[in-house]
Amino acid sequence: MNTRVIVKKSTYRDSISLMKISNSISKLPGITQAAVVMATELNRRVLSEAGFVDAAIGSASNNDMIVAIEAKEAASLDAALTETERLLSPGEKPAGEEAPPTSLDEALELFPDANLAVISVPGQFAKREAMHALGRGLNVFLFSSNVSREEEVELKKVAKEKRLLLMGPDCGTSIINHKVLGFGNTIREGTIGLVSASGTGLQEVTTLIHKAGLGISQAIGTGGGDLSEQVGGTTMIQGFEWLEEEEQTKVIVLISKQPAPGTMEKVLEVARRSRKPVVVNFLGGVVSPPLLGKLRSANTLEDAARIACELAGIKPGGAAFIIPKETISVALANHRKLARSQQYIRGLFSGGTLCYESETILQPLFGEVFSNAPIKPENNIPGDAPSKKHTCIDMGAEEFVEGRAHPMIDFSLRNLRILQEAKDPETAVILIDVELGYGSNDDPAGQLVPVIQQAKVLAKEAGRHLPFVASVVGTEGDFQGLASQEKALSGAGVLIMPSNAQATRVSALIASGETIEAAIFGRSN
Amino acid sequence: MSEKKSSKEKTILTEKLKVVNVGISTFADDLRSQGVKVVHVDWKPPAGGDIEMLKLLEKLGL
Repeated sequence: MNTRVIVKKSTYRDSISLMKISNSISKLPGITQAAVVMATELNRRVLSEAGFVDAAIGSASNNDMIVAIEAKEAASLDAALTETERLLSPGEKPAGEEAPPTSLDEALELFPDANLAVISVPGQFAKREAMHALGRGLNVFLFSSNVSREEEVELKKVAKEKRLLLMGPDCGTSIINHKVLGFGNTIREGTIGLVSASGTGLQEVTTLIHKAGLGISQAIGTGGGDLSEQVGGTTMIQGFEWLEEEEQTKVIVLISKQPAPGTMEKVLEVARRSRKPVVVNFLGGVVSPPLLGKLRSANTLEDAARIACELAGIKPGGAAFIIPKETISVALANHRKLARSQQYIRGLFSGGTLCYESETILQPLFGEVFSNAPIKPENNIPGDAPSKKHTCIDMGAEEFVEGRAHPMIDFSLRNLRILQEAKDPETAVILIDVELGYGSNDDPAGQLVPVIQQAKVLAKEAGRHLPFVASVVGTEGDFQGLASQEKALSGAGVLIMPSNAQATRVSALIASGETIEAAIFGRSN
Repeated sequence: MSEKKSSKEKTILTEKLKVVNVGISTFADDLRSQGVKVVHVDWKPPAGGDIEMLKLLEKLGL
């Protein structure tokens, strides 16, 4: 094999552009593997695990770019390097087209009436750009992660004073005036308004509302840190008050992972004064009746969607949120095919909130669920450590995305993990989520199906049957096509469920069989 | 905004989105495909990505 590693000092491209370049180079004739990445610690480790050994990799810093290519023959390698340079070059502008602005100020000269900045620069620069945008009177959608709580507090104080909306940091999605920002789905217009501190939580609830035949007015993302003690729910309260004023919104849904207790009380106090019906879904958090008052509480994202739909006018039970008997039979049939060693669920999630939701469903059933984002601190395991008993891994956690595209786009790390779980004789079922819509991979099923097939073969060679369960977060309006994606996965033997909560319960049934059936369905189905 | 709501201040929820995109270029493409006017900034880390140098430049007001 011929390999070449080139470090380009102080050279920057965003992770999604680089992933696309890496994919193009990997497909060239004679190329066995290729990566064009920013030299973050994670990427340096991934390169070394992929067999690229070069001193230059070790000495590269976060601001450098690494081009690493492996080819069967030297000629292919040279051609790939030339093509990489071509793809990295700025490209020629068509005649008459101006070079793009290189700063926010330059952009505002061209577009003085802009009212929103979408910012997705590396975390260490994010506060600087966001503060500048707020200073120029722009609302901000701040996708960047790795921003400190102190910085978040400072930014939100300024935004509130200026009556501007700061969505984020670490905000994956919002739907404002029916336009999707970041990652999100094509959702029908309607009367349900959402404020969410969790990106995939917002995607799951909005798509379930859509599938039930209703729609949304606004879906405001706050960023995952908003309901921390320090930040105090600033954006959630602001978003809530704005939805309260907005005429199109008739029902309000609040979504978060378990908030800090003081912040939860503060948010609920505001919500209790609402003139509109409110559904609260604080995953993993118990809201006491006095705090809740007339607010409706939902245990799962699916419950939140169901209750919101009922409050917005769909008849109770009108939305299809029940697991059909035939599916239960299929799950039990899968359970009977398992070897004795196969006892545990392995959930590999690209959606952090879906990971958390699965943990909240599995924990009462099995006692302990291990995770890199656990409900209970004592169940913490590192994301790159082997799974332990029932395990749910958030593959979108910061440890997996430093300088890399999110797993909703870049499937490589989750695919490796799927194969790893397939080799483990204790794995009973692999549970995954798939997100469609803006921002996500063009063909998630195309990325997953070959790996699922390979995983099933690996298990079969070891004498095991390996079931897969998935839920697809998406609508028929998403460009990837919900029906075709589900069909492709289903064709590879994946059991498709309409929500993550249902996929999780079916996985529990596959892993444990009839013994757990009453516990699963006695709870909430 | 309707006349009835004129006592309330305008917010982004009542305005047409006009976006400056700083960072990942596909976010700009996705917004354009939804009919949103977007200007994309070809962003590079300031001060060559050197945070200490950047803090110094900011202190100096550069």
